[in-house]
Amino acid sequence: MTDQEASHLEFRDISKSFGPVVANNSVSFKVERGTVHGLIGENGAGKTTLMSMLFGLYDPDGGEVLINGARADIKTPSDAIRLGIGMVHQHFMLVERQTALQNLMLGSEGGFWLGRRNGQARREIEAIQQRYGLEFPLDVPVGQLAVGIQQRIEIVKALYRGAELLILDEPTSVLTPPEVELLFHVMRDLVADGKTVVLITHKLQEVMEATRNVTILRHGEVVDTLRTAETSREALAEGMVGRALRARPVERKPCGEAVKVSVENLTVCDSRDIRLVRDVSFEIREGEILGVAGVSGNGQSEILRAMAGLMPVTSGRIRMRDIEIGAGDSIGLAELRQRGVGLVPEDRLGEALVGAWPASENAVLGLTRTPFYDTLTARYPGAEMHSEWCGDLMRDHDVRPADPARRMSFFSGGNQQKLVIGRELSFDPDVLLIGQPTRGVDIGAIEFIHDHLRQERDKGKALMVVSVELEELIALSDRVLVMFEGRSMGVLDKSEFSERRIGMMMAGYSKEATAEMSQEVAE
Amino acid sequence: MDFADIPLLLASAIRLSIPLIFAAIAGLYAERSGIIDIGLEGKMLLGAFAAGAVASVAGNPYVGLLGAMAVGVMVSLVQGVASVRFRGNQLVLGLAINIIATGLTVFVGIALYARGGQTPPLPDGARFSAIAPQFSWLEGVPALQSALAGLAGGHTILTLGAFVAVAVTYLVLYHSSFGLRMYACGDKPEALDSAGVSVYRMRYQAMVINGLLCGAAGAYLAIVQGGAFYRDMTAGQGYLALAALIFGNWKPVRVLLVCQLFAATDALQSRLQGLSIAEVDVPVQAIQAMPYVLAILLLAITAGKSEAPLAGGKPYTKGQR
Amino acid sequence: MTAHTQSALGGLLASLLNIAAALFLGGVLILAVGENPFRAYAAVLEGAFGTVDGIGYTLHYATNFIFSGLGFALAAHVRQFNIGGEGQAYFAGLIVAVLCIWLPWMPWWALLPLAVAGAALFGAAWAAVPAYLVVRRNCHLVITTIMFNFIASLLMIYLIVSVLRPAGSMAPAGPGLEPGQRLPQIIDMINSFGFRFQPAPLNVMIFVALAVSYAVYRALWRTKWGYELRAAGANDRAARVAGVPIGRMTAQAICLSGALVGLMAVNEIMGAQHRLTLDFALGYGFIGIAVALIGANTPLGIVAAAVLFGALYQGGASLVFLFPSVSREVVVVLQGLVIFFAGGLATMLRPYADALTGALLSRSTAKTEGA
Repeated sequence: MTDQEASHLEFRDISKSFGPVVANNSVSFKVERGTVHGLIGENGAGKTTLMSMLFGLYDPDGGEVLINGARADIKTPSDAIRLGIGMVHQHFMLVERQTALQNLMLGSEGGFWLGRRNGQARREIEAIQQRYGLEFPLDVPVGQLAVGIQQRIEIVKALYRGAELLILDEPTSVLTPPEVELLFHVMRDLVADGKTVVLITHKLQEVMEATRNVTILRHGEVVDTLRTAETSREALAEGMVGRALRARPVERKPCGEAVKVSVENLTVCDSRDIRLVRDVSFEIREGEILGVAGVSGNGQSEILRAMAGLMPVTSGRIRMRDIEIGAGDSIGLAELRQRGVGLVPEDRLGEALVGAWPASENAVLGLTRTPFYDTLTARYPGAEMHSEWCGDLMRDHDVRPADPARRMSFFSGGNQQKLVIGRELSFDPDVLLIGQPTRGVDIGAIEFIHDHLRQERDKGKALMVVSVELEELIALSDRVLVMFEGRSMGVLDKSEFSERRIGMMMAGYSKEATAEMSQEVAE
Repeated sequence: MDFADIPLLLASAIRLSIPLIFAAIAGLYAERSGIIDIGLEGKMLLGAFAAGAVASVAGNPYVGLLGAMAVGVMVSLVQGVASVRFRGNQLVLGLAINIIATGLTVFVGIALYARGGQTPPLPDGARFSAIAPQFSWLEGVPALQSALAGLAGGHTILTLGAFVAVAVTYLVLYHSSFGLRMYACGDKPEALDSAGVSVYRMRYQAMVINGLLCGAAGAYLAIVQGGAFYRDMTAGQGYLALAALIFGNWKPVRVLLVCQLFAATDALQSRLQGLSIAEVDVPVQAIQAMPYVLAILLLAITAGKSEAPLAGGKPYTKGQR
Repeated sequence: MTAHTQSALGGLLASLLNIAAALFLGGVLILAVGENPFRAYAAVLEGAFGTVDGIGYTLHYATNFIFSGLGFALAAHVRQFNIGGEGQAYFAGLIVAVLCIWLPWMPWWALLPLAVAGAALFGAAWAAVPAYLVVRRNCHLVITTIMFNFIASLLMIYLIVSVLRPAGSMAPAGPGLEPGQRLPQIIDMINSFGFRFQPAPLNVMIFVALAVSYAVYRALWRTKWGYELRAAGANDRAARVAGVPIGRMTAQAICLSGALVGLMAVNEIMGAQHRLTLDFALGYGFIGIAVALIGANTPLGIVAAAVLFGALYQGGASLVFLFPSVSREVVVVLQGLVIFFAGGLATMLRPYADALTGALLSRSTAKTEGA
């Protein structure tokens, strides 16, 4: 495909395992200098692990990395930086209480005392900012800046350290569509300056739009490396998943008339009195799934948390069945569950499970304060109640391996989530609040989980699904609420929404301003 | 208590604050780099023992100080390796060091000196000489002259050392690359790692400084205050230093002021004994309890607004997020 | 063989390795002061188990350490380190002594339930302020409880010296207990069958300690409350989402921790000292930490570890008589080393321990499958 001299980076037979889990198996491919190279694959396909090895965060078990045709021995990030490799991690590596300038200088201060070096660094950084149009304030603590701005700081940080090869790990998942446009523009400028970009993503549209070549990973192995111009979205998708994807016919019963959830003028503030949700209203009827869309950090999580009683309501009112939550009311999750509201939190290992415990103990987490627990004690008399119940739960919800004694953190993301959803459905809540139902979940489990949620809807329940995956919301929701900077940009009916329209609303365009797009859908 | 006592009282407060300052600044380095240090008490105690023993052999306080620092660094490094390399539970490790120190100092003391755990009393030559400036240029204003002489008198080189340590720490923390890296190391070690700086090395460096300062704190107790090592002579000062560090919000100058506050209540003790309020005698023990009560009150006030290093207490594993 | 049992076995092995490592370093220390560590340890063993009264003392100390170990463990299950066991025991001792003074006519068997309840209540009360401060004001429990130890110690000095000391007495102690108030000593009971063993303070409180251990086990692993308490410690965010009131659970665990530790006071005052003395629990709180860590915070492990430390404590005392240059503080060092290894090197030893048990178990299962 390319000759030796032109390739900036080459992997040869790189392998890496974590205990019994093989993350990368004999991975080999080349990245041409001065191109954007896409690296795609499902969650857990080994993309991030591979790039972390390139950046010196892990040592490979075997194989070698060549930079500019020469074998590179990268043991630490400082080796990587010396070799001109820069990485923008999915979770930013910024010290939030320090300013952008401090973050940029960290590790490359140029001497013991800072003093005059601050000014020198400031000039160099401003030059980079101007060249690529990456504006951000240098003297504000980074934590106070929006996520999109923080990403710019990360890119400039890599460039300030002299990166010639820039790795971007899922950079667009935190960006609005206009910000994505800007990022692609920056990538083109970088390539024009002779730099190389590796773009890690699972969004095929981005690959088609921005890359010259693309490598597909599946289960830690390279499926293929292709010229983007010579392939198609469908071919890439099949490569990622390993089989043809069928479009699922969406058949459903119409939802009922009864309103199960109504939220009126909800405002939620954090502990510093910053308004995260501003005056949001919506309803969910029986037999309906309401999707909540938005770039993460625009108030969706806080709506979910306020409804679950995990954050206080500042003003406005939440009604769910016979429950009412207003300002000053504190209602615990124990009471919500008793009164028929279930919650699947966004952060699975952080808030839904105890990773260090066996599955059996996790199978009753949150149930102890429901009347359902008493039926469990009646159904499984004896000391091994948790294990027996867990075994049944695992069978009913296809959790594999069905071993109640296995440590929870050893299960895959999909199996963990199946257990969580099964557990939450077990006490038959009438209203179900779900955050990121398929984050870190493999495709097979995604279908299972989606089918499950649709079944619950068809039983007449009211479901709210908060997700950053637009495709998921479109596949699952009957209506979609779009959030931007804590405000509702409007609620779209199934007949009104398209990926593009929701995307525009996520960037702050109102429902009305995007109205002509619904015609596009209709056509 | 009359007005003329105030300079003397302040001078005594400053003298009592020195071990607290050394220990609290030692804690500042450890914790800013991300290692919670409950073990200040034990390292002070071991430092005090080493100072007492070495100074009595060498007959020289500076050698005693060096001995205390060497022991401090050794123990800090062991603590550092167990915390960093073996990802131990930092709270448990600190507690363990305190308990080992209580036992080890007495055990070795009895084995060496057979004095019930005490080291031999230090002769004057083995103690730091006190400075006694006369401020003769103020002869015209005798009140001020005696006040200043009272305030400045009776201190040793270590008093100066403690204040210099605070000043240097301030400069290093806010105006050097070392401080920048240490802040990152305690707040978000993965950011430091991905910036190409070893988190482990940073923490070990911080622990070396921590050990030097703990040694100095112990040396002050044994050589300046006690004139020998006595069993359990720290009497909770390591924990008070930790409270000062927390209430001082991990900022050197504030930590210094809090240490002065603790020391002042301690210094007041000797003045307040025999005090009676509304004709009821205040028990001596109530006065002795003041620094401890004050520490609890201060901690209760601080709650919620702290600058505590975010990654403190969490072992760092490379590549983990 | 479930994963659970396997991990329990790995934990046991890690504890044994830990003790071995601590004994080794302690031996090096004894060697350094010019004594033979084997002879010293043999003397410890002889002192602890060689005579009936030695065993009596060993088990008496073990009773204390069961209480302090259980107390530390209970708070540790919500990830809180209650190192204020001594202060809590002193405060509990106050009520035990006061009950004995108030009710001089009451026989020990009537007094015992009152004393146990009072000691638990006062121990919990002394832990309540630090518990409140950690839950509501986010104050570090290690610092507040250590401060409360110093305050309790000063309070006891004041009360004993200025209030409770009988007129004319020079010793810093409260008045002596009536003979009928003293808890029966087990060796006395044995001697009533015609034996002539030397006396030792081991008394009926050891049965209370064992009963309490079993109760703690049931409460933590067989009740909803215990499940929720462990959840609060294992992952507080998940527990909160599960509807567990974290703050209340934490406060309850810390107060109960104080209550358990407080029971030491009954054993010491009614069972051994027969009066309120200064520092009657000196060092016992810290030994409780070592006991809980070695016992992996489980009641069964704690009982076993408490006997081990009771033996070290008792045997350590006899060292002094035999070896002039070895002081009983070597036991404090051993205890510190055990805590150090449990905290620091557990991660280092654990993989080896797990690998070893894994290998042993797979061999045994392979055999059974082959058969």
